[in-house]
Amino acid sequence: MSESIVVRNVSKKFTMHYHRTLKQKTTATLRRHQISDTFLALDDVSFTVQQGESVGLMGLNGSGKSTLLKLINGVMKPDSGDVLTRGRIAGLIATGAGFHPQLTGRENIFLNAAIIGMSHKETTAKFDQIVEFADIGRFIDTPVLHYSSGMFSRLGFAVAVHTDSDIFLIDEVLAVGDQPFKKKCLARMQEIKNEGRTMFYVSHAAGSVRKMCDRVLVLEKGKLGYDGPVNEGIRYLKYDGDDNDDPIDESGDDLDSELGADI
Amino acid sequence: MTDHPTGFVVDESRVPDAPLIAPSANGGLRSVFKRRYLLSLLVKRELAARYQGTVLGLFWSYVQPLTRFAMYFFVVGIVLGLHGDVENFGIHMFSAFVFVHYFTEVFAAGTRSVVRNKSLVQKMAMPREMFPVASVLVSGYHTLPSMVILMVACIFTGWSPDGVGILAGLLGFAIMTVLGTGLALLFSALNVYFRDFQNIVGTLTAFVHFSVPMIYPYERVTNALDGGWLQLYLANPLTESVMLIQRFFWVGTTDDPDATITKSMPDDLFQRGFIMLGICLLFLAMAQWAFTKLESKFPERL
Repeated sequence: MSESIVVRNVSKKFTMHYHRTLKQKTTATLRRHQISDTFLALDDVSFTVQQGESVGLMGLNGSGKSTLLKLINGVMKPDSGDVLTRGRIAGLIATGAGFHPQLTGRENIFLNAAIIGMSHKETTAKFDQIVEFADIGRFIDTPVLHYSSGMFSRLGFAVAVHTDSDIFLIDEVLAVGDQPFKKKCLARMQEIKNEGRTMFYVSHAAGSVRKMCDRVLVLEKGKLGYDGPVNEGIRYLKYDGDDNDDPIDESGDDLDSELGADI
Repeated sequence: MTDHPTGFVVDESRVPDAPLIAPSANGGLRSVFKRRYLLSLLVKRELAARYQGTVLGLFWSYVQPLTRFAMYFFVVGIVLGLHGDVENFGIHMFSAFVFVHYFTEVFAAGTRSVVRNKSLVQKMAMPREMFPVASVLVSGYHTLPSMVILMVACIFTGWSPDGVGILAGLLGFAIMTVLGTGLALLFSALNVYFRDFQNIVGTLTAFVHFSVPMIYPYERVTNALDGGWLQLYLANPLTESVMLIQRFFWVGTTDDPDATITKSMPDDLFQRGFIMLGICLLFLAMAQWAFTKLESKFPERL
């Protein structure tokens, strides 16, 4: 029994409502316009991830990556099928932490850690590391509402990587942040991987997926199109073109090509 | 793991000693009280946020109830002359007022609670019942100072609380809290779907002030209504809880408590109170059930 994430025949449907007020709905109905429409964000997706695996989740925009991440995180429930996880889950969803805009950075750190299940003592022990990593200086006691987008995502990432979790989810976080911070993030993610935590990494950057992951899942319009080794996965997506033909670049010097597609 | 797509080998020592469960698994209100540390952080947050950006801060918690109280005291007590009719009319009204205000605060703040915490609801997995429950606790906290004022006023008018009275007060408070929590749960979820609900709440709140024996004594109701209409009046759980609370505070300050009870309370007040508490608990269970149903679409509807 070593499964970390089990996703079994999962589907998720969204309903789009075009009109909000009763008046709009009535006029639309009388004119025989559609008042709502549904679309299938995830369609019968199944896979199993073992503890300690690093999985890259790839796919075009709108293929259901963030929805899948929200289901694994527990923010959403699937309409049909099962999502099961083992242990604590931390991470970032859709480039931004679940911070409360009116709370200060400090309060948000404690709140965020408490939500994933850490005690006050555990958070206090990690607090200095988080602040140092986020590098936001005296802004720590300012409401996060006043943070720049870079500071906001730095703090979000810092909390996510320093909280104790068994599963770590990360969604295109490297799209924001400057070059030195990206470098620091990649190094920290490597550590997380080495610690044996399960990592679920959503990215468009073939380079960083190749560096970080043991396995790739590709979503295509809500269906799981590919599940297997990294290089074939990237080839499957036809993303390898941007990356020359050097399949495994372990040197890490060429940061630009690794992160270039990460936007 | 022969069928593993990449032939990954697991380090068994790193597998957490935890069951494989649904990450969105939620024990409802029970899990809220299991995670008291998180609840305490949310309560602190609510306390800080409720009067955020105001100069007077917590003082606003007193301004509104006190001006309303003063208005009723003047209009109903002096202009309509109820001071002559009812012994210690001020206590009669204020004891009810403090708790009715508590109830309406629970209801109103609870209804907005999930929408207000949108940024957390959309990104973090947690029992969402936390938000209405936290706002119930915050409303309770805001009621404490007016309760102190009420106690002081009671002592000055010669209060002698009795054992039965304490039981009555607790029962009345329990009915309000259970009903308020149920309504907060139900309406906070409905408010995610249709923001109309936070407007309905204001209307209901005004209704509450006139539908309980607060600015008029209960005997006025028995004189004016009979049979089915009286039963309908008493079918409001708040009526019973207000009278139970008055049984504790107001009755204790009157010259002849026994005479006051016979004159201004129904004979079966306690039976009715316990039945209402039962009904409200049932309602809370139903509200929890509805909340769980509605909650699954919160992130996409916010």
